[in-house]
Amino acid sequence: MTEHTPALIVLVPLVSALLLPILALVSKVLARGWTLVALLGTHAGSVSTLIYVLANGRWHYYLGGWAPPWGIEYVLDPLGAGMATLVSFLALLVAFYSGPYLKDAAPLKTGSFYALFLLVTAGLLGMVVTGDVFNLFVFLEISALATYGLVAMGGHRATVAAFRYLIVGTIGATFYLLGIGYLYAVTGTLNMADLAERIMPLLNSQAVVVAVALILAGFGIKMALFPLHGWLPDTYAYAPAPVTTFISAVMGKVAIYVLYRVFYFILGGTGPVLPALTVLGWAGAVGILAGSLMAIAQRDFWRMLAYSSIAQMGYIAVGLSLGNMMGITGALLHILNHAVVKGGLFMVAGGVFWRTGIRDIPSFIQMSRRMPMSMAVFVAAALSMIGIPPTVGFFSKWYLVLASIEASAWPFVIVIVVSSLLNAVYFFRIIENSYLRFRTAEEDEVAVGGTELPATMLVPMVVLGVAVFMLGVLSGEVVTNIISFALPWGTQ
Amino acid sequence: MFEAPLLAAAGLIIIGLFAVLFKTNLIKIAIGVTLIESGVNLFLITTGYRKGAVAPIYTLAPEGQQMVLPTPQALTLTAIVIGFATTALLLSLAVALYKHHGTLDARKIRRLRG
Amino acid sequence: MKPPFGSIILDAAFRLMIPFILLFAVYVLVHGHYSPGGGFQAGVLFAVSVILVRLVHGRDAAWGVSRKGAVILACLGTFIFGGIGLLTVIFGGNVLDYGALPLGPHEAEVRAMGTLGIEIGVTIAVMGVILTIFYAMIGKED
Repeated sequence: MTEHTPALIVLVPLVSALLLPILALVSKVLARGWTLVALLGTHAGSVSTLIYVLANGRWHYYLGGWAPPWGIEYVLDPLGAGMATLVSFLALLVAFYSGPYLKDAAPLKTGSFYALFLLVTAGLLGMVVTGDVFNLFVFLEISALATYGLVAMGGHRATVAAFRYLIVGTIGATFYLLGIGYLYAVTGTLNMADLAERIMPLLNSQAVVVAVALILAGFGIKMALFPLHGWLPDTYAYAPAPVTTFISAVMGKVAIYVLYRVFYFILGGTGPVLPALTVLGWAGAVGILAGSLMAIAQRDFWRMLAYSSIAQMGYIAVGLSLGNMMGITGALLHILNHAVVKGGLFMVAGGVFWRTGIRDIPSFIQMSRRMPMSMAVFVAAALSMIGIPPTVGFFSKWYLVLASIEASAWPFVIVIVVSSLLNAVYFFRIIENSYLRFRTAEEDEVAVGGTELPATMLVPMVVLGVAVFMLGVLSGEVVTNIISFALPWGTQ
Repeated sequence: MFEAPLLAAAGLIIIGLFAVLFKTNLIKIAIGVTLIESGVNLFLITTGYRKGAVAPIYTLAPEGQQMVLPTPQALTLTAIVIGFATTALLLSLAVALYKHHGTLDARKIRRLRG
Repeated sequence: MKPPFGSIILDAAFRLMIPFILLFAVYVLVHGHYSPGGGFQAGVLFAVSVILVRLVHGRDAAWGVSRKGAVILACLGTFIFGGIGLLTVIFGGNVLDYGALPLGPHEAEVRAMGTLGIEIGVTIAVMGVILTIFYAMIGKED
């Protein structure tokens, strides 16, 4: 079976997703158990694939036995396998985390939640392993449609947010499809490797320029690049907490992975890609500042985190746009950093809301007494967001700053440094409220202590909190052993 | 007139974008999204068009007759199915919103907020 | 659902139509690989026949698919698709490589059989999905 791992890591969650509504009618415990087992298997598969491709180079898998360029192939390289590992790891943690959320839900709702969740996971994994640009569109829509459904489960406000997200997201995906149409019209192929070969002499034709612009616009919407981010705050603020955790941690990352794949691996990072990268970089830089400032203006903790996500996607965009080795390394490390950190932060936010119903930042007074572990995780994640040395956030920002200096992009250096200060401002408000402020006499009447979250919610949080420091300490190893193989130059 | 389908596709996409951006009725917005999808599908199918060629069914095609490209047709079929799913979800959400708010006007729903 | 709006004309017309719709659905399904058609269209036709019954006879339709049944059908159909895809792995081919299924000596024939299996899965899934959408639209808010 091992030789089929590339297909199985997509098919196992996909097929399990379809079984789940039936399983949930039999027993909710069975449905949850099956979800966890499927995701555990998927994660094990992703890790083993990553180890294999790091040792032996690229792994091609022909679906249906049809060789490319006729058939669809799955290609696993260190980049794709690394992303698959990240996605499956967070999916496993979030599935574990979502248990208490669904304790009182009806069987059919539980079943559809886990089914949609597995569909999102399968779609995202499919996007990172596929070697075919149209297959990527199909997986994009699978994950996106399942996400809209999950978001809409959060109640009436969430339905409005989901409707908006659905319209904007569909238009984004359609732009990408149109872009593929242009690429297909000039090259006659959809296979990524084949496309990369045939497009080289045509790089400066008008069709390719249009295609690059459309793909940038499409995935700019999906990753919430600054002027296209309008759907994000409402969606993140009203979706159920496990859903917000998962989509904030990995969905935007996979979107920017696709941009990276298309711009650097298919189009070679030259020709019409260069102006597109400039646009990406400046949009990212403005997004960093605008997102951070908007985050400071929020009273709602979830909204603050949502705007902070826009800013963090800006960092990754800046790193990619610089186009030098340092910049892309920093961007990839920041993808890892932000997935772990924002996952942890939203888990804390969701946990606090689930236990106490608190979302307002001023109400966080003395939260450290009531939920010491959760708030400790929050502090770890906040340190990484600000970029304090032993955490992974420091190293990714360090690479980004060095890359900006190397490219003499001084405005980016200033933006990154200033926004770190802004991050400190909005995260410190919460640290201050929960650790340093004390209640007034009348507030003290509210019960204190003994309200820590159940272990099922706490364990994934603590894992992510520890991962922030582990990845920080081991960031050198991560960069030399994994990320350096995921750069577009050489290493095959 | 090879450009006619391309012009039609561009027209459909522009009309759809206009509806999405400037209409406030949820159903009209959904129609706009569908129009955009139709425009893209028309564009995709046009990329595979050859003058005077027949449908690409291998066993039924007469000897020596040119066939149109099958790949764009497969793409379009898949895109239509995905579009179907999207439209169904859009309309279901619109129905859910209508049941709760009693209106399909996006401005009013935004004002009511909850 | 509101009371049915059936009348003698509707009742007679749909009794006449249903068998033909079902027959045409089966034709579209099995003839899918040679001519335009296939699982998706067949599923829509099957679903249309069930929806017609519901529309004309309302709640007390003599036959049909319940809401829960529709969800199960949707999952089951897609599961058949995935199951056949995975079955090919067990018989030593790549995923979705129908040629590897042990159904006969001729590879082309086996491929066609595999495709038919997939089409049946798609048909059931599409039927379930469309009925689920139908019930979601007519159903009360839950």
